[in-house]
Amino acid sequence: MTNSAYPTTWRRPPQIIKNRRWRIAFQLAVLIYLVLAISTVDVNWSRVYDGLERGQRFVMGFLQPDFESRWRDISQGLIESLTMTLTSTVVGVAISIPIGIGAARNLAPRWIYYICRSIIAVSRALQEIIIAIFLVAMFGFGPFAGFLTLSFATIGFIAKLLADDIEEIDESQAEAVRATGASWVQLVNYAVQPQVMPRLIGLSLYRLDINFRESAVIGIVGAGGIGATLNTAIDRYEYDSAGAILLIIIAIVMVAEYSSSYLRKFLQ
Amino acid sequence: MTEISHYSQVWSYRTPRGRLALWGAWLALVALFVFCWQVMTKDTIWFFVTDAPRQAADIGNRMMPPRWSYLPELWAPLWDTINIATLGTIGGVIMAVPVAFMAARNTTPSARILRPLALFIIVASRSINSLIWALLLVAIIGPGLLAGIVAIALRSIGFVGKLLYEAIEETDANQIEAITATGASGAQVLSYGIVPQIMPAFWGITVFRWDINIRESTILGLVGAGGIGLKLQASLNTLAWSQVTVILLLILATVVLSEWVSARVRHAII
Repeated sequence: MTNSAYPTTWRRPPQIIKNRRWRIAFQLAVLIYLVLAISTVDVNWSRVYDGLERGQRFVMGFLQPDFESRWRDISQGLIESLTMTLTSTVVGVAISIPIGIGAARNLAPRWIYYICRSIIAVSRALQEIIIAIFLVAMFGFGPFAGFLTLSFATIGFIAKLLADDIEEIDESQAEAVRATGASWVQLVNYAVQPQVMPRLIGLSLYRLDINFRESAVIGIVGAGGIGATLNTAIDRYEYDSAGAILLIIIAIVMVAEYSSSYLRKFLQ
Repeated sequence: MTEISHYSQVWSYRTPRGRLALWGAWLALVALFVFCWQVMTKDTIWFFVTDAPRQAADIGNRMMPPRWSYLPELWAPLWDTINIATLGTIGGVIMAVPVAFMAARNTTPSARILRPLALFIIVASRSINSLIWALLLVAIIGPGLLAGIVAIALRSIGFVGKLLYEAIEETDANQIEAITATGASGAQVLSYGIVPQIMPAFWGITVFRWDINIRESTILGLVGAGGIGLKLQASLNTLAWSQVTVILLLILATVVLSEWVSARVRHAII
């Protein structure tokens, strides 16, 4: 009758991988991978050391941004980015509504469902940058190629979420409308549309936000917008102008995020 | 007095005033769209746009058939790409955890100073794409894998930090109170009260971000940050479209595979 076998301290049991052997094997595998991975990353430390001075200049540029000397280029890039964002969101949402309805299993016949779902899959699988490279090669430099890229990317995003949303609607409302003898168009208009509209507006606002962020990136491959200006500024080592552009991007994204969350709350 | 004539005979969803406001909002949207369209296409050369289908057919012809003999040259850059994503994710998560604890309302050491600072870090990291981070870092620390890893890590802070701090704020206060009632210190409350509750969310977020990072690291090479994107850039610059096809197919396969892995792991955890 001794209590000595009874543990006096308690150890928290593992949460994720419960088997001890598997846990050790997993940790070993991670360790081996890390050693292998880090050994293949060869870093030119003297170059990094040289770069520190430049990094310091960039931080200084970020703290003392220079809005004036390149203001014409910056404002031009901003106008391109903002117009590109709005037009591509409107066009993208307008195209994705029929595709989204077609990709909802409870509204569309089977063959339309498969066509629309594959359009969505293609649009989601390809990265914006890669699409932008191709569209710039086809349509030439400038915001028009950017507009097409963002519209294409919007289709995959909005149509998928809209279709998933339509599939989750309250079926009893749809059945009630159907029982009145409504046609398919009336069914969509009176049973589906009121249920998904608030979410569609919310998603569109969210996509507007994403499209602005992306418009800052696709300029790097020549699709116009503030990204092109930023690329030029960094290539010229004008870190104070680059800092100004980055601050403007952050400010616009913050404003867009807060106002869209406010608008969504107001609309629901 | 059997019929009530002042009721409208036709049912409508909105009041006339509501309909007018809605109509006005649509009109404003259309007007804004037309205006933006005019501004945007001011400098567009329409000849290039009408010429696009011919260009597309031309590029399509050059891309086919894919040059499969190029594939063996791509394994090393692919390994680099996966390393950029994985090491970047690890670095990002390590930096994101303290930021998340500073940003969460129930664990922040000071709500006045540190919390707004942490929220600003999260927003700044989220609003700048990893490609822009890479562009900056290539200029600062030189081209190579390190720039890509740091870019991915900096971009991941915002994403992981935001989701993690929301998970921390959603923890069950009762469990934390129970731990506090045993006389646990602040660190012990953190370790026994909060960490076990957010662990599944933490691993889920990490794996999810790793999946996104694989996707993003494939293109970081376009600005010189290493990986398979470098090969893509080289092939594009030499107009070797048949090699571009091979690279794109490999990227697509990698992305699909990583998405599958991440979905399986998240399914197993949650």
